[in-house]
Amino acid sequence: MNAIKTIEEAFKKEIPHFRIGDTVKVSMKVKEGEKERIQAFQGVVIGRKGGGIRENFIVRKVSYGVGVERIIPLHSPLIESIEVVKKGVVRRAKLYFLRGKKGKAGKIKEQTL
Amino acid sequence: MKAILGKKLGMTQIFAGDGRIVPVTVIEAGPCRVLQIKDKARDGYDAVQVGFDLNRKEKNVSKQMLGHFKKTSSPAFRFLREISIEGFKEGEEITVDIFAKGDVVDISGVSKGKGFQGVMKRLNYRGGPSSHGSMFNRAPGSIGSSSFPSRVWKNKGLPGQMGNVTVTTKNLEVVDVNRERNLLLVKGSIPGATGNYLIIGSEKPIPAKPVKES
Repeated sequence: MNAIKTIEEAFKKEIPHFRIGDTVKVSMKVKEGEKERIQAFQGVVIGRKGGGIRENFIVRKVSYGVGVERIIPLHSPLIESIEVVKKGVVRRAKLYFLRGKKGKAGKIKEQTL
Repeated sequence: MKAILGKKLGMTQIFAGDGRIVPVTVIEAGPCRVLQIKDKARDGYDAVQVGFDLNRKEKNVSKQMLGHFKKTSSPAFRFLREISIEGFKEGEEITVDIFAKGDVVDISGVSKGKGFQGVMKRLNYRGGPSSHGSMFNRAPGSIGSSSFPSRVWKNKGLPGQMGNVTVTTKNLEVVDVNRERNLLLVKGSIPGATGNYLIIGSEKPIPAKPVKES
């Protein structure tokens, strides 16, 4: 294997399977002064971008009526865990249209088995 | 003063301990072999000639060069350069070990050649408007006054060859050193294309040759 691939491979982590439209709970390490604690960020995955070690995903949630989005590097060492809370049914790769929707219109249909 | 020869392998990114993404250039540095010591008494300047990259068939090497390699019983190297280092003997090896994480290095290489380019690409002149009947698009414009000086000033920026010159990027941080695979990870970009040969050193890696007296 070439040198660059080996370097990238060393940083890759085991990522649970999740798709666009899924609701995920991402536990991230937050450093406050000396102390380190885990903070959860729960929301809908509205996009995945990039490949290999550079892959990112965008999680959107509405917090106290304000939309909040976080772009998270998929292989970031700050991610403690990614947990799929709900599976969504969507037909698009990027759910940017959710940004303009309010209330029930901004909801995603849940996958039922 | 430390220096080594290397080859650019490409760029990637790694995560720092606190989760920040660091852009890095991966360099294959060494192992190099000292082929000749030049000293002030005999050659007029101090330098160490080192060789790097064994990817070369012996049949493609000239007899003169083979004789030169034979002196230190070395194989045929592809890339030879004189570097400004001290404390090495002929036949000795230089490895990436000379650098450690956190070191600051200067890297010299030949930049990507862009060919003969106009002033907008080469020197960032603004050019003129591209539409509304403008006939002054990418030209350099006036290149000086008239009766004085009656000539164009030296160093006036005009179209010409861009790139394919030796460029040194200074003060690059060494992010990681891999001794087993002879790899050096340096923060940021370095001159040239992937596969380019480089001189990596701290302080001034290239020796100053004396000016010839005529």
